[in-house]
Amino acid sequence: MDVLYKIFIEPFALMGSAPDLLVQTVWEGLVAGVLYALIALGFVLIFKASGVFNFAQGIMVVFAALTLVGLHEKGVPAWLAVILALVVMFGLALTIERVVLRPLVNQPDIILFMATFGITYFLIGFGESVFGGNPKVMIADELYLPRGVTDVEMLGGRVSFQHLDVAAAIIASVMIAALAVFFQYTRIGRALRAVADSHKAALSVGISLNQIWVIVWFTAGVVALVTGIMWGARSDVSFALEVIALKALPVLILGGFTSIPGAIVGGLIIGVGEKIGEFYWGGLLGGGIETWLAYFIALAFLLFRPQGLFGEKIIERI
Amino acid sequence: MTLKKTALGLALAGAIGGFAAPAAAQDQIYINHNSYRTGPFSGSGIPIGDGVKDYFALLNARDGGIGGVKIAYEECETGYDTRKSVECYEQAKSKGTVIYAPWSTGAALAAIPRAHIDKIPILSMAYGLSASASGQTFPWVFNPPVTYWDGASVFLRYIAGREGGFDKLKGKTIGLVHLDAPFGKEPIPVLEAFAKEHGFNLKLYPIAASEMQNQSSTWLGIRRDRPDWIYMMGWGAMNPTGIREAARSGFPMDKFVSVWWPGEDDVRPVGAQAKGFKVLTWHQVGQTFPAMQEIQKLVIDKGLSQTPRDKVGEHIYGKGIYEAVMISEAIRNAQKVTGKKVVNGEDVRRGLETLDITAERWKELGLEGFTSPLKLSCADHNGANPLFILEWDGTKFVKTSDPMPPVRDKVQPLIDEAAKSYATSNAGWPSRTETCDKAS
Repeated sequence: MDVLYKIFIEPFALMGSAPDLLVQTVWEGLVAGVLYALIALGFVLIFKASGVFNFAQGIMVVFAALTLVGLHEKGVPAWLAVILALVVMFGLALTIERVVLRPLVNQPDIILFMATFGITYFLIGFGESVFGGNPKVMIADELYLPRGVTDVEMLGGRVSFQHLDVAAAIIASVMIAALAVFFQYTRIGRALRAVADSHKAALSVGISLNQIWVIVWFTAGVVALVTGIMWGARSDVSFALEVIALKALPVLILGGFTSIPGAIVGGLIIGVGEKIGEFYWGGLLGGGIETWLAYFIALAFLLFRPQGLFGEKIIERI
Repeated sequence: MTLKKTALGLALAGAIGGFAAPAAAQDQIYINHNSYRTGPFSGSGIPIGDGVKDYFALLNARDGGIGGVKIAYEECETGYDTRKSVECYEQAKSKGTVIYAPWSTGAALAAIPRAHIDKIPILSMAYGLSASASGQTFPWVFNPPVTYWDGASVFLRYIAGREGGFDKLKGKTIGLVHLDAPFGKEPIPVLEAFAKEHGFNLKLYPIAASEMQNQSSTWLGIRRDRPDWIYMMGWGAMNPTGIREAARSGFPMDKFVSVWWPGEDDVRPVGAQAKGFKVLTWHQVGQTFPAMQEIQKLVIDKGLSQTPRDKVGEHIYGKGIYEAVMISEAIRNAQKVTGKKVVNGEDVRRGLETLDITAERWKELGLEGFTSPLKLSCADHNGANPLFILEWDGTKFVKTSDPMPPVRDKVQPLIDEAAKSYATSNAGWPSRTETCDKAS
């Protein structure tokens, strides 16, 4: 009876008695969700263009942020460090296309997937060799990221909005909108969508597969850099960030592997869902349920939409 | 061609064998430690590793080793992964290490059942299985100078002092923010026992390793529950994020106390907002100690270490120094007890059981005032040393309390009971047969 009370009565009573905490929880969930969406976006871009699930997206986030901070530590001004980090991510995209993807053209997807594991371990080792394994502090002030907090009195309590979180939400939204426009209305975007639909058809009309792959991996690198800056400013730039990037998996399951809107909506649902779940029901299960709750939410959605919220329905004859 | 390849292969194998067998040399003492300079826990692993490594480098450079025998020190990278730790243990054993430091409670738990078989003493300095303080049950395991259970009891002693006595804890809420791993859970039995006795509420806030940098839910829960005090059992990336989230959520830093693992790098990014944050510890920080200055002069300035000069003497680096001192003193003791120059694991175990680092000895070591004297025995493998508070003043840690002894009259029965329980639940756990030496 006590368990039923804790499941069905107590959480809702708390929501009613402390609505400010509910608003705060939802806000924290939205901020986390936007950042999950950004990570998921990196996966989606590459999956759409090449059908490859890029396991290295998480380490790309760490590597991009490490490059930025590492360059700044070596005396490079922040603005130049950002540009150089982008150049490094472009070089990485070019290298991956030349060294990993091109030799594996026409290989089964699982081979390409395994190759991204190789990229992951290479980047971990390379990043640690060049920049060291110790955590670094994101150069938030130098990048003019805001600090401070605005407390808003509402619903009989206080809701705190960290300026950094507000900035993260805005920057992520702008980034997502820019990518949507880029892929919808530009020539390269249309070429990318053509490649996503059919490699052979795209090749037959003169689209360079290799060029598209470089562009897509570079775009995923840019997304990784932005994600790394925002997560890094919230905590630290360390290799623990790579683990957080795995949170994109339930987001992808939920939103669909090929949908940019899916990554966004999925990210928000997972972000808010896990925060609400942890905050109101976590104690019932001993706390610390966020890690698996995200997957639970995604799997619950899959029961009703196996292709994800926005994924393409694939029907294959067997 | 085949012959040439075979010859090359043999030459290469010989070369590798030569590199991989420093322990085989009879004129040195080989020590192999786990380390994690990579991965999510590197923020804690690097300064500790630096401290240990630099101290042995100092002994080799200044004194020619210990008792005239050079120390061959190697690290085995685990990334704080218990599975890799087991591989590292096997590697250390095969190379003939005279002592094994797991540097992870999970790795310590995995190694404990093997130590008495392999005759390798395990040194888990202020971590690992608290019950292993019992030398009677665990003759091969040492966890000086204090256990996590002692730490929790000192935390309660401290806050009781602040509140006006243990009786004033009744009705208070105390939160434990902990890594959801064997290490983080270790003090729970003691906190629960004290909660039962003194009538305070204990709230647990576990944080999975994958969520170390994503703690907002935890701190929202803390805002909801409004605990009077928070005790943190954090490691690696969990520490800086926890301190940052505490500041973000407006939790009073003065009521936020951590077990002894956060370092300056964990708090510095939060700066003045972390003012009042407290760490329980057993040694001082700073570069004023002669031993620290010698490391700078004879090790770092000579290019024998890559440790940044300004990191020498910081909090977690100091823990590496403390461990290396314990090991070197145990080796020195072992040389005295056995009369041998090149000692083995069995000898070092005897050296640890006769360890007695007095205040005078700390002074001779160039570490006067660094910490309290430490004395171990066959029965007591811990020492139960006092702890004090290091408080963040906005830019650095400063000592703000007198040394406080653990509440051993409460903790010791728990240690004895847990040791007994470990022995009975692990079928065939051997009774102690090792003889006791007189203190050297």
